[in-house]
Amino acid sequence: MSLALDLSHEPRTGIPHGKLVMWAFLASEIMFFSGFFGAFIVLRQSNIDIFTHSSHELNWKLAMLNTFFLIGSSFTMALSIMNLEKKDKGKFQLFMGLTILCACGFLVVKYFEYSAKFGHMENGHPHPILPSTNIFFAFYFLMTGFHAMHVIGGMIPMGWMFFRSFTKKGYHNATRVEVLGLYWHFVDLVWIFLFPALYLLFPTM
Amino acid sequence: MEAIAVEHSTAHSHDAHDHGHGHHHAQSFIRKYIFSNDHKVIAKQFMVTTIFFLFVGGLAALLVRWKIAYPDQAVPILGSLLPNTWVSDGVIEPGFYSQLLTMHGAVMLFLVIIPMVNGMIGNFAIPLMIGTDDMALPTLNMFSFWLNIPAAMLLMGGFVIESGMAQAGWTAYPPLSAIQGLGQTMWIAGLFLVGFASIMGAINYVTTILNKRAKGMTLFRMPMTIWALFVTAVLITLGTPVLAAALAMLFFDNFFHSSFFIPYGMLASSALDGSRNWTGGGQPLLFQHLFWFYSHPAVYIMILPSMGVVSDVIATFSRKPIYGYKAMIFALMAIGFLGFIVWGHHMFQSGMSPLLGTTFVLSTIVIAVPSAIKVFNWLGTLWGGSIRYTSAMLCALAFVSMFIIGGLSGIFMASAAVDIFIHDTYFIVAHFHYVLFGASLFGVFASIYYWFPKMFGKMMSETWGRRHFFWSFVFFNLTFFPMHIIGLGGHMRRIADPTVYDFLKPFQPMNEFITWAAIALGFSQFFLVFNIFWSLKYGKPAPRNPWNANSLEWAAPEHPGHGNFDTDITVYRGPYEFSQEYREQDYWEQWVPPTEEEKKAEAAYFEAHKGELH
Repeated sequence: MSLALDLSHEPRTGIPHGKLVMWAFLASEIMFFSGFFGAFIVLRQSNIDIFTHSSHELNWKLAMLNTFFLIGSSFTMALSIMNLEKKDKGKFQLFMGLTILCACGFLVVKYFEYSAKFGHMENGHPHPILPSTNIFFAFYFLMTGFHAMHVIGGMIPMGWMFFRSFTKKGYHNATRVEVLGLYWHFVDLVWIFLFPALYLLFPTM
Repeated sequence: MEAIAVEHSTAHSHDAHDHGHGHHHAQSFIRKYIFSNDHKVIAKQFMVTTIFFLFVGGLAALLVRWKIAYPDQAVPILGSLLPNTWVSDGVIEPGFYSQLLTMHGAVMLFLVIIPMVNGMIGNFAIPLMIGTDDMALPTLNMFSFWLNIPAAMLLMGGFVIESGMAQAGWTAYPPLSAIQGLGQTMWIAGLFLVGFASIMGAINYVTTILNKRAKGMTLFRMPMTIWALFVTAVLITLGTPVLAAALAMLFFDNFFHSSFFIPYGMLASSALDGSRNWTGGGQPLLFQHLFWFYSHPAVYIMILPSMGVVSDVIATFSRKPIYGYKAMIFALMAIGFLGFIVWGHHMFQSGMSPLLGTTFVLSTIVIAVPSAIKVFNWLGTLWGGSIRYTSAMLCALAFVSMFIIGGLSGIFMASAAVDIFIHDTYFIVAHFHYVLFGASLFGVFASIYYWFPKMFGKMMSETWGRRHFFWSFVFFNLTFFPMHIIGLGGHMRRIADPTVYDFLKPFQPMNEFITWAAIALGFSQFFLVFNIFWSLKYGKPAPRNPWNANSLEWAAPEHPGHGNFDTDITVYRGPYEFSQEYREQDYWEQWVPPTEEEKKAEAAYFEAHKGELH
């Protein structure tokens, strides 16, 4: 019997197209950030003093807050997928809203972090910290910058799904939310690596 | 069982898709021809842009060649048209020479070869050869083409600004490429976008091949083209992002004056404002590692799809099954895997530990094994075949023979000791043109001649095809073979004016000869363009299966519309069932169900030859 079923329009692997594309894309993304981390490891070895000294300038407490924001948002993302699958519209909206809120919180904290760097003072004089300041801050802006762009890139479809769910048509495509969830967990994962590498990787004083 | 299958197929024909010719949905001109989701239209768009850029890159090459052959003479015709900052009295300035050289490399690799073998061949062949209506995500596919347009504009954008185009070479080695100003920065951004576009295409190809194969199309019934495109797509997915990371850092160095690739103690003022210095602390060599980690797999990205096409073309026109089908597939995979661990062979002269160099020598030489497997299997396919010398077949044969020459010269430079001598000479230039032009591009020509009937519904003129092949082949060899000789004589790459070196003076007549051969090679390509236009207008209407081939694209209508197939496709066998002794017809299409007699004849044949066949 199974031979007679026309499977040509079903995914052969059993994984929906969008999801498989996303997995392939994430493999690609891993290589992208691996390039940064590889360079980070190499240049950290040759500039160990600058790296340990400069990482003290970063505000790890704010970064810690951001870590909670992102991990929290990954959790609410998972809940929103679950609730959309259960067709519980209200809870989907609640958790998707919370996810977006966490992402916004992350960006707000990032804004304060960046502006503190740009408005940095030394001995009463303005002394902005920029990518050109030293090799450590180059990595700091490069890696957190690309990560923040990924956060924004995830928020756009999230916002679309969220607002769409309030319209008459509603939003029902749980697979698509799940695919976005994969991406969102990846963005979270990158931060889990960035946070210790940039903020915490200094010898205890 | 049969009844259920029929029911399903009718249910599907009510899909939104347009099944084959006959009933076209009303689509606006823009959706149908410009922002089209149809993979065949996207393939044609890639074909038009890549052939256009082929001429752009070729023109840059000819200007470069002119400068080398006649460093003090004005460029004919074009010399008077270029601005005075780039040429003086028609003579190309060295700075402009560097820009042209950079653009020739970058355009040919990133806007011609890679989009040709992946964008054009991949888009056209994948859905048709696996028997489906379109890519897994057609809209993503459309974006992967259209992103190329702003990318190309950025890549060459320096042409319209005063400080000029990028001039650090296509490899863009820092520190030079990190401090060069706006043209270089735009080039980096453009290349980043090209990479992004090609990743979006590749993840779509992987998904389409895995998910959308027709019923009965198992992985080991896929044509070599599809296998090659699959391995290539994996290489793009995993390799290109690393280049993107390196380019992002290089962009930071250029734009924000960070020092990822600027070492301590290097004093350089920005071309932008002339005031700021880089603090240093980076490593130029780091860029080379990241760059070649992508760009060595990239040379396989550029050639593997051509290898796939050539395998199919050779099997079809030799009327023989491809020799060692599975060995060919595993060789492709081996090349793909080894491609990731050999990048250091580009850096033997960059200041790498000799011990590390030795490991790269070993891994590089190992690549000769799968490459030789492929070559011998092509020869094995040809052996005793009933060969038909169509234009496609001639180009495929050119691929094999040129790949042998390019492959053998590759072994020279794989050995670190020999490479120290030939590094940065014209020997290298000869080598990579033999594999990129002689092999990859002839593979692309083969694919155009082979699939043109399905692409446009018209047969291509064989006469003009052969003229194009013959003159391209002759002038290609006249252009690039002498480069081996001047390279071994010590002629450096990238230099604008060889006449300032006494020891190169004996080679100057050869340089002039190469230039004239290159000009003739460039003009030979007009045969192709002429043939395309002539055949579109006057070509004979193509039958469904003009080459009596087996793979699924020939099951589609003569000029398939959006949706490709007019029947439901089921695959019954592999793509290389040519000249089987138990059959009258010398080919056996993948989609034709065997009759009872055929099943019996096949079984009887295998019974009679028990123990002889493997």
